[in-house]
Amino acid sequence: MSDNHRPVPSAGDGIRGALREFGLPRIIIAAFLLLMFIIAPFTGVNFWSQITNVTNRFSWNAVLVLAMVPMVHSGCGLNFGLPVGIIAGLLGVTMSIELGFTGLASFVMAIVIATPFALMFGMAYGWLLNKIKGGEMMIATYVGFSVVSFFCMMWLILPYKKPDMAWGFEGTGLRTTFPVDRYFGGVLSNFLKIEIGKLVIPTGALLFFALLAFLMWAFLHTKTGTAMTAVGSNPTFARAAGINVDRIRMLSVVMSTWLAAVGILVYEQGFGFVQLYNAPFNMALPAVSAILIGGATANKASITNVVIGTILFQGIVTMTPTVMNGLINLDISEVLRVVVSNGMILYALTRKAEVTK
Amino acid sequence: MSNRSFSGRKAAHFLSSNSVPIMFILIIAVCIPIVGFSPAFLLNEIVTRLSRNAFLILSLLIPIMAGMGLNFGMTLGAMAAEIALIFTSDWQIWGIPGIVLAMIISIPISAVLGLLCGKILNAARGREMITSYIISFFMNGVYQLIVLYMMGSIIPILHNNIKLPRGYGIRSSVDLTRIRKALDNVLAVNIGGVRIPLLTILIIVLMCLIIVWFRRTKLGQDMRAVGQDMEVARAAGINVERTRLISIVISTVLAGIGMVIYLQNMGDMATYSSHSQIGMFCIAALLVGGASVDKASIGNVFLGVILFHTMFILAPAAGARITGNEVIGEYFRVFVSYGVITVALIMYETKKRREKAGIGEQLAAAQREEGKAHA
Repeated sequence: MSDNHRPVPSAGDGIRGALREFGLPRIIIAAFLLLMFIIAPFTGVNFWSQITNVTNRFSWNAVLVLAMVPMVHSGCGLNFGLPVGIIAGLLGVTMSIELGFTGLASFVMAIVIATPFALMFGMAYGWLLNKIKGGEMMIATYVGFSVVSFFCMMWLILPYKKPDMAWGFEGTGLRTTFPVDRYFGGVLSNFLKIEIGKLVIPTGALLFFALLAFLMWAFLHTKTGTAMTAVGSNPTFARAAGINVDRIRMLSVVMSTWLAAVGILVYEQGFGFVQLYNAPFNMALPAVSAILIGGATANKASITNVVIGTILFQGIVTMTPTVMNGLINLDISEVLRVVVSNGMILYALTRKAEVTK
Repeated sequence: MSNRSFSGRKAAHFLSSNSVPIMFILIIAVCIPIVGFSPAFLLNEIVTRLSRNAFLILSLLIPIMAGMGLNFGMTLGAMAAEIALIFTSDWQIWGIPGIVLAMIISIPISAVLGLLCGKILNAARGREMITSYIISFFMNGVYQLIVLYMMGSIIPILHNNIKLPRGYGIRSSVDLTRIRKALDNVLAVNIGGVRIPLLTILIIVLMCLIIVWFRRTKLGQDMRAVGQDMEVARAAGINVERTRLISIVISTVLAGIGMVIYLQNMGDMATYSSHSQIGMFCIAALLVGGASVDKASIGNVFLGVILFHTMFILAPAAGARITGNEVIGEYFRVFVSYGVITVALIMYETKKRREKAGIGEQLAAAQREEGKAHA
């Protein structure tokens, strides 16, 4: 896994160089997950239902992780401001349901309605990030928090009326969580679903991610996409080559924000619930650490990083509780998740500094 | 650069650098008549919150001096204090002895955590804030591992009443009723219905004096030099890494002591959440007081506590009056806290960029001058 997902360094010192580039933490995480899979059958956990769980969670989360790619490419760093896009997605889903759409239509309409919001938010957010080059990550974090907490008020004030979403008693404000099974729950996951015994594959959701990932890959190979990579790796050189750096950065932020909006919709159709208010606060860090676990750095990320990272991260999140419970009847998975994901981010943050020193 | 434009710029500078406190004074001025609290009630609340929070916020000053920005890692000190308080309540040492013992126990834990935090921040130079912010999350996981799983199973806990029913791990709330306001009640005086916890305030004043003194010591001077320009400081023979490390250790230790003061006032400890927001609220309060990422004074601390917490007291009631929904006020104050931090970070980064551009222009001008001289 370590030596074929990245191009081997041109120096040609083969596997060892690639291993070094892959980084010790990632090897540990991959080995840990492998160990979990080996132990799982001995604890009475069904192997195939575990694979199903991991695949499912992969299909919910992969698009959110994919949203990291454009901003990393353009040198805006890891998008800690993911909640900005998530809020656009939540506006899309609530309005789509409020307008009375159901089934697949409600999902499509949610994306359609979310898009202008994502573009608007993304442009404002991108404009801001262009003003503060160099300090993106910290400010992105707090812009995300500010937007989420602002919308905490909005979910209460906005005139939503649909009884499935709004509080019945006071008549105003949306519920903190509501199910979407009557609307677009499983609309992607159940499409072309494959069931073999205990193994269930959410084909539709995987195909949807594959489509977006392919579009992203194709985009990165267009002229604009190449320009984006150039801006990320050397802004001065890019400017000298006649690239409008600010415009490219703005484009990357808008793309990232739109993908986050779509990503939360994909998550909700799989998860089956819409979570409002404080829920988006905690959604950026798992996506950030997933792409880092996949081998990305603060200024380099590929589709492969997204796929590997999401599998590893979600694998650990789903496997540890079941295996640990079966093994020693102790569920430390939540703690482990916090330590692993934040440890990974810390590792990436400190490593970048070493490179630039 | 003419004189007139200079004074004009100075006035604009005053407004822009104090925009956050001015905005807060306006919000409060609007809210007070709407809510209609009695002045005695309001003053009482402010004094309580001042004595509760000021020490914690003072712990933020030293890393700012050393150019490391807002220390989101102060949460580590808060965790150390909570671990210390779990032990003292388990040993059932209450009152002033309990508080003093908790402070003493918290110091080595904070120091070790601060050392770790400082080491990591030295490796992540130029991005200290986001790193310290992630460290606080990371250590929160480690804290849970220790308190939820190791206490009572590996670390001996004597009494069952603070343990979870399953036999290990600490309950989600630790009762501190018997040290509640133990510090605040010593030398407390009542002036016109306003209760003033004199001892706590004396401790805070003493801490302020120590900070003033510390700024003049060799180490304090070194920190300021490092804060201004790391490379120049290094050239002057200052051990930059060590100085930065010490500033974080001091900050973490002070945060630990501050957290003990905070929790003795609350009289109740939410084991797994008391520390999680404390960094954010302290930083927001400091910024409301007019501090910035690279400059903060003791005055900022006090102005900040007063303004920020007055808003905190008023917001839910004002929200209830205006919209009929108290929850909106609560969300509003969270929004304001995040918003203030965001604005401060943006102002800091734009200023940094402008200064960089200014240096570039000066350099270009100097080169032109030189070119002319040669010609």
